Amino acid sequence: MYVAVKGGEKAIDNAHSWMSEIRRGDPSVPNVSLNQITEQLTLGVDRVMSEGSLYDKDLAALAIKQSRGDLIEAIFLLRAYRTTLKRFSYSKPIDTANMLCLRRISATFKDIPGGQKLGPTFDYTHRLLDFKLLAENETPLSPTQQYENKKVPHVLSFLNQEDLMQKEKDNNLDPIDITREPISFPTSRAARLQALSRGDEGFLLGLAYSTQRGYARNHAFVGELRIGIVEIELNIPELGFDINVAEIILTECETVNQFQGSKIEPPQFTRGYGLVFGQTERKALAMALIDRALRWKELGEDYSGAPAQDEEFVISHCDNIQATGFLEHIKLPHYVDFQSELELIRKIRADAKRNVKRL
Amino acid sequence: MIEKRKSWMSLLAISDQNDLLNLWDQKKIKISYEWLRQPEIGSIMAQGKMGVTGDKFNIGEVTITRCSVKLDCGTIGHSYVQGRSKRKAEISAVCDALLQTKMSKEVNENIIIPLEKIKKDKRDKILSKAEATKVDFFTLVRGESD
Repeated sequence: MYVAVKGGEKAIDNAHSWMSEIRRGDPSVPNVSLNQITEQLTLGVDRVMSEGSLYDKDLAALAIKQSRGDLIEAIFLLRAYRTTLKRFSYSKPIDTANMLCLRRISATFKDIPGGQKLGPTFDYTHRLLDFKLLAENETPLSPTQQYENKKVPHVLSFLNQEDLMQKEKDNNLDPIDITREPISFPTSRAARLQALSRGDEGFLLGLAYSTQRGYARNHAFVGELRIGIVEIELNIPELGFDINVAEIILTECETVNQFQGSKIEPPQFTRGYGLVFGQTERKALAMALIDRALRWKELGEDYSGAPAQDEEFVISHCDNIQATGFLEHIKLPHYVDFQSELELIRKIRADAKRNVKRL
Repeated sequence: MIEKRKSWMSLLAISDQNDLLNLWDQKKIKISYEWLRQPEIGSIMAQGKMGVTGDKFNIGEVTITRCSVKLDCGTIGHSYVQGRSKRKAEISAVCDALLQTKMSKEVNENIIIPLEKIKKDKRDKILSKAEATKVDFFTLVRGESD
């Protein structure tokens, strides 16, 4: 039972006031601007947008500043803001074949049309602290090279042509929107992908890792990972035609997984799919591995009891705002509930003592 | 006409608000209009496709601001623009209306063409930097065979 507790207003006000002061830090150090956060802590901003499920760099930067860099708190702020927005419409499905790729790699095919482009990556760095960054006013400039303005086809479409890859068919179904309807289990792949795309990176990473270590073994190769700019098309009802209303960065990952075939499917490769807001490749990769693990039923595979195969377990626990809300509420006052527990245990102990005496 | 209108509305929608505001303020176009719909901040749900070509699913929302204006001559302009700038939405709707009038040449030259150039330059920069990070496996092979 929850019983309202009154009092403590002054303490709360003063605590918040101190938090604000501490958030500002030493006043002799310049205040951090939102531009600095969007420009220089870009990947933090991207994570907050993806898990906050709202693509708006300025708001994500504000949330990071307000939360003192606590990204889950920032995600919470963005999610709360999101609920106040009027939903105009649903976009047309984004065609990632039109992506302007900053990065595009394949771990399965060396020579791919369009080539492998590493993009702005931490890969192949030595993970040594770079003390040059201590010096301010560094403005590095990277080289450029002539490019051909051509569409970059998906690597796995070549396997599709040979029928070696399971085809992803568009049945023109409208997906469920988990921001509008609660998920009930068993659920659809559309609902799972939406939940995973906004899910907690740490949780997804851990689960994806578990599949690699043998819990729901589905040995995955990265067929393709691409990061780039896409435009979002929207139908404008007043006008009766589509326009591009937004330009965003997406990370997309397609894994290729071995598949022995089943009663319903011939032996072929299957796909795990990850698609996430921003430059978020660890998350997109993890999402693809988990998507594949969760498809066991549809592909007629065995259920080995692994956590990553249990959609109710995965989807119910991947949302860090739900998780932190429930976890953190137990630190709020529960005095009355606890008093009743205390009384109960005292009574049981007293009864037990009396019974011992009687014996 | 529709193709052209789609193209300028799309450009206005994704342009940086500062770029648009600067160009508009520099040009100082004097025009009076009334609101058909005041600027309104909202969102759209972006959708992707499972495994690139499969069924749709929802990725997440994007902030959008929209409004509609009517010029004194009766021409109506609409805007749906990325972000939460009401001013950007307003100027975009006014531009959309003006581009359908006799003033289209002026707006095109002073707003649309410069915005197109900014967009092209930005993309050129990104794509040419990406190209410089292209892995050349062939060079490795040639090196070995020498």
